[in-house]
Formats: sequence, C-alpha cells, structure tokens
Amino acid sequence: MITFKGVHKWFKDLHVLNDINLHVNQGEVLVVCGPSGSGKSTLIRTINKLEPINQGTLIVDGMDLSDSKTDINQLRAEIGFVFQQFNLYPHLSVTRNIALAPIKIRRMSKDEAESQAAALLERVGLIEKRNAYPTQLSGGQQQRVAIARALAMKPRIMLFDEPTSALDPEMIGEVLLVMKDLAQSGMTMIVVTHEMGFASEVSDRVVFMDEGQILEEAAPDEFFKNPKHERAQQFLKEVLSPMH
Amino acid sequence: MLKYQFDWSVVTSGKYFEWLLSGLYTTIQLSLVAIVFSFLLGLVIAMMRMSNAKPVRWFAHGYLEFFRNTPLLVQIFFWYFGSYKILPTVINDWLNKTNFEFGAAVIALTIYTSAFIAEDIRSGVRSIPKEQLEAARSSGFSYVRSMQYIILPQAVRITIPPLINQFLNLTKNSSLAMTIGVMELTYQARQVESYTFKGFEAFTAATLVYVVLSIIITLMVTYYDKVVLSPMKAR
Repeated sequence: MITFKGVHKWFKDLHVLNDINLHVNQGEVLVVCGPSGSGKSTLIRTINKLEPINQGTLIVDGMDLSDSKTDINQLRAEIGFVFQQFNLYPHLSVTRNIALAPIKIRRMSKDEAESQAAALLERVGLIEKRNAYPTQLSGGQQQRVAIARALAMKPRIMLFDEPTSALDPEMIGEVLLVMKDLAQSGMTMIVVTHEMGFASEVSDRVVFMDEGQILEEAAPDEFFKNPKHERAQQFLKEVLSPMH
Repeated sequence: MLKYQFDWSVVTSGKYFEWLLSGLYTTIQLSLVAIVFSFLLGLVIAMMRMSNAKPVRWFAHGYLEFFRNTPLLVQIFFWYFGSYKILPTVINDWLNKTNFEFGAAVIALTIYTSAFIAEDIRSGVRSIPKEQLEAARSSGFSYVRSMQYIILPQAVRITIPPLINQFLNLTKNSSLAMTIGVMELTYQARQVESYTFKGFEAFTAATLVYVVLSIIITLMVTYYDKVVLSPMKAR
C-alpha cells in the first residue's frame, strides 16, 4: 500500500528524513513514535505530499509520488489526514465541513453528502452537533468531526499526525475510541502518537524514529517488552514513567 | 445682523426637491455599480498580487501603487477626456450610446477603489492560518479550489468591515463625478443653488443625505459583525 525506498529529506541543512525504508500493507495499523524533532510528523506528511521528498522513491497506493504524471489531488482524495490542531473550517457548520469535499470533489449530490455526514456523525457520536460550528465544540469533539470529515471521502488510507496531543487529558479517550473502532474495521492507518496504550492495544507494528532515522520496527509486544535500541529504551522509559 | 432669509421649502418640496431626489438616485446607482465592480476587480488584483508567477505579481503591484497614489479627480478626468484614445472601439461605442459621463465615473471609481480593496482582501487572506490551506489541499482540493471554497470565504468575512469602509469612501468620492457632468447628488445641489441662490439649504440637504447614507452603511457593518462574524471567532 505504501512503500518508502531510500527516502531522504532536508530542511536546509537539517537532515529530517535519513534513508527511510518502510513498507505498510493494506489493512495494517502502524504507529510511529519517537522524541519530538525525530522526523515522524514529516514522515507522515510526505505520504500525501504535504512535504515533498528530496531523494528516494515513495509509492502510495500504486502511484509514484516523484512522478510528475501523478495527479496529486486525486491521490490526496484517497488519503484521509487528521491534524494535531483539527483544522476544521470555521466558517462552515459541522455538516458542511464533512460534506464539502464529497460534494465538490466526488460530485456527490448535496442530499447524499449530508446524509452520509449524518451517518458519520452518528459513528463518532456527535449527531446532535450537526448544525454547530467548530468553535462551539470542545477539542475532542472537533477532532472527532475532523476524523468524520476525512472518512467522508471514503479514503483507502488514514494518516493521523499526533491526533491527541492538543487535547485535554479527559478528551483523549473519546478520540482514541473512534480510532480504535476504525482500526478494527480494517482501515489502513499510520498514526504518529505518544499514546503507548493505543500502540500496544491497537497497532500491528510500531516504528521508532530518532534524528530522521527509523531505529526500530517491531510488533508492539516485542517493542514494549524488549526494545533493542538504546534510544528506544530511553524513550520508553520517559513516556511510560508515572512522572511524565 | 444676519440678513439671509432661510427658505427650507426650496429643498423639501417642488421642482428642486425632485432634482435632489434624482441626484440621490444617481448617486446610489453610481455607487452600487462601482461597489460591485470594484469588489470583483479588487478580488482579481488581490489574487494576482499573491500569484506565484512573478510578472503577474509585479503587474498587480504596479497597478496598486499607481492607482492608490494618484488623485481620484485626475483619474476621473483621464477616463473622461483621455480614455477614448486608448479604449477599444467596442467599449467606446457602448459608452457613447449609453451615458459617457456615467460610464467614465464608474470606470474611475471602480479602478481607484479596487486598488484599496485588493490590499484589504490580501491582508484578510494572509490572516487565515496556513493550516486551513493544508487541510483543504489534503482533502484533494487544488490550490485554486481551496482558495475558492475555504480561504476566500473566510478572508472576505474578515475583510467585510474594512471593505465597507472602502464602500463608504467610494460613495462619498462619487460626488467628484459632478466635475464631468454626472447629475448626481452634489451636482444637483449645485444646480439648486444656481437657480435659487439658496446654497445653504441645498448643500445642507445634500450633506444630510450623505450622512444618512453613511450611517446606514455603518449600521450594516455593526450588524454584520455581530451576527455573522462573531460565531466564527475562536472563543
């Protein structure tokens, strides 16, 4: 589904992605973790070309991202992206936020798109907020709407860039629950997160990054019980410590 | 002692009242047409100003500097006395057939005001966080459609208060059109003065009408800000 081969990226002199080789299968749930500044957000943002790569090959859903013939807008329509800061459209109601892209890009009728929006809101438990505006919702609610907005395009891949990092602790659970439900439905997901509970319970594989490199790649049980790399051990000690 | 005999009936009824009324009608017509066109043109210039293509950006920049920094009166004279030498025949024919004074005034007011509007819209667009564009692009919207559906609707909402100020200025500036013979409110007030020597009454009436027009526009901004803008603002 997604294949990185020898991918590099630089921000000026900073080597943010250093020889990334990674393959994600259809239906797989991959968690990417690592200290801040490790390049994990950049990694996930290259998959829908929010960040272009400088070197190497990146194939997503059969399309080569460095091929100029690849229609990037068409590819992006197949990939749902959930941001740390939700980024809902503040001038549109919750329903319009979800229905806009299906209407304008998928050419869905307004009625169909709005009933689909209602179904998705039902799924994320926010049907009663369908006429609200984003600023009237809590952070957790906004993020659930953002997930519904991404799902409205019937994506083949869902990318999550630290979806719970901007949330108050009591709202993290409701968002993770929606993501867990999505993972169990067979969606291909890549999740950048510090939520190690989610990683161990839901993911199929954990990738640990530091300084632009993938240092470790393992099944969650293996990764948490028996981290091989010294920096992964250090990282786990920090995020799992009760003082954190 | 004051020897002037006030006679307000001159401007409250009869022939001269009708002159003023028709002047008001022309002022509103002129302003509305120029408001619509200057907004659309301002939108286009703002987009050009933010374009990735350097020549387009430079052209827009030159346009802004040129039209913002020359007097409106000179621009009105230019379009009235000088434009037929450079405009295409089609437009000249149309202008002559309809009402050349009115057309020249619309062109001058539109172009002059569009330069200010373009800058207001541009700063509105720049105030929208770049994450909004990222969210739109990541859903599969092209740059142009992201602008159309997500960025510009927000930018225009934010820009409405300064835009209304520009519309207010445009309405007041439309009085300069009298210099090329457009029979708008100021022109008619002047006419009433010429025929009756009641200059005080005539121009007081005209002034009051401008004040009322401005108050109406200002009330619209306040209402807009309360009803449309505030639900959008972050809490």
